[in-house]
Amino acid sequence: MPVSTNTQGLPVWRRRTTRAQWLQYLAWLAGVSLFLLCWKVISDNTMWVFVEDAGRQGADLISRMTPPEWGYANVLWKPMWDTINIATLGTAIGIMMAFPVAFLAARNTTPHPLVRSAALVVIVSSRSINSLIWAMLLVTILGPGVLAGIIAIALRSIGFVGKLLYEAIEEIHPTPVEAISATGASRLQVMNYGVLPQVMPAFAGISVYRWDINIRESTVLGLVGAGGIGLQLNASINSLAWDQVSVIFIMIFATVLVSEWVSARVRHAII
Amino acid sequence: MNERAETQLTQEQARQQAAQRGQWRRLPLVENPRLRWGLLIGAVVYLVLALASVEVNWARVAEGAGRAVNFLGAFMQPDFVSRYDDIVAGLLESLTMTLTSTVVGVLLAIPVGLGAARNISPLPIYFICRAIIAVSRTFQEIIIAILFVVMFGFGPLAGMITLAFATIGFMAKLLAEDIEDLDWRQVEAVRATGASWWQTMNHAVQPQVMPRLIGLSVYRLDINFRESAVIGIVGAGGIGATLNTSLSRYEYDTSAAILLVIIAIVLLCEYSSSHVRRWTQ
Repeated sequence: MPVSTNTQGLPVWRRRTTRAQWLQYLAWLAGVSLFLLCWKVISDNTMWVFVEDAGRQGADLISRMTPPEWGYANVLWKPMWDTINIATLGTAIGIMMAFPVAFLAARNTTPHPLVRSAALVVIVSSRSINSLIWAMLLVTILGPGVLAGIIAIALRSIGFVGKLLYEAIEEIHPTPVEAISATGASRLQVMNYGVLPQVMPAFAGISVYRWDINIRESTVLGLVGAGGIGLQLNASINSLAWDQVSVIFIMIFATVLVSEWVSARVRHAII
Repeated sequence: MNERAETQLTQEQARQQAAQRGQWRRLPLVENPRLRWGLLIGAVVYLVLALASVEVNWARVAEGAGRAVNFLGAFMQPDFVSRYDDIVAGLLESLTMTLTSTVVGVLLAIPVGLGAARNISPLPIYFICRAIIAVSRTFQEIIIAILFVVMFGFGPLAGMITLAFATIGFMAKLLAEDIEDLDWRQVEAVRATGASWWQTMNHAVQPQVMPRLIGLSVYRLDINFRESAVIGIVGAGGIGATLNTSLSRYEYDTSAAILLVIIAIVLLCEYSSSHVRRWTQ
């Protein structure tokens, strides 16, 4: 802590030096200015007339959404089943593809550093593109439907599962691996008996966690045409049937809560 | 219970004897055999049912194969130039939305997070704050964006409010968990000096949660950018709208360019956020 003396010759304790204090003020000033600048850009691109109307629009929306048209729920069972299939099959395919990628990306199991960087590129590009964007691309390629949704979820899951799994592989205990390689086991056998048993619980946990996230994401894939309950949501919004929209929202909410509960239970049982 | 322990013991002995004869098998992942087979059969039945209900139009898929090749070709030569203005405008909108929404969201998440921590807030406030968190976390950003676009009109303001709302749920939950397991002795020490509620928060709670709060905010900035690339699909501004337009115009080279820009920025964000987190800890 810096100390200066005042005019009476008494020491004055301060938290920062004058220089550090000024630097901090400057940093705050820069931050606040940046925020205001960004806000200016947004405000320039906004039609404020609509915003002034927001309260009335919101009230109008709520009045149209209530009461929910419960009868519509009967139409929703098949789309809901599709949604769950998209999430589950997508997760299954995703983890199947993520598994080898993770082994190639982990520092201690990769065959070559070059392979490692290629695997890392796969993981990063899969992670940085949202499943909705994957779905948009796949709908233009494969046509609308559940298949595009499944593959979109799978492609998005590779990065997530791959990243967490390769971190788990890098953190394993080296002793079992050494013991098994000391018996003269081949590379594959070392993986199978030395590495795999150590990462299996983490792998199961990560997969269930991703499944839970995928249920959430698959509910909206239909907005771009990739099947599931999102298709119904899109149709209801486009026809301004807000009382149907509220039924869909309630169903999504319930499904997500159940999947979250299941995932928490399973992860609790594993770990 | 006793019976189960016994069967386990005999199983273990059987394994040992088999191992002595040179037949060794690894331990199964799920210990209980009934549960193990039940899970397996359940999985197979589900898989059959699910695969049967997936309808695939193979003719359409075959038709799309040509487009897939076009798309991969476009990734080889992305076109940044012909829609340069649109890309820059979309990107600028996305970045401004990201920054403002993170700042606003984190500022609003702090009171909600304090309220949702069981050890410092009274029960009614706890329930209200937990409800806010649950609603904000359950719905995807894009669903919230639809509602806010209806309320606030098209444009980045709706996107910013959406992202800020999603940030509240995320940050408040993690902040509340952090506060719930802070070191209580420091709070007691500050309280013992006769400090008011504000002073306790400021001098006992805030210093303990600050490093993680900063780290999480930077992480959320990263997530918000990724999400801002998506919510444009429903009209909430940002680069997503540009991407959607380019895809529906079949300008795959422009879409490839946009995707590459998104990947690059996410990489940059991730790299710097890991630095910031290391620096705060």
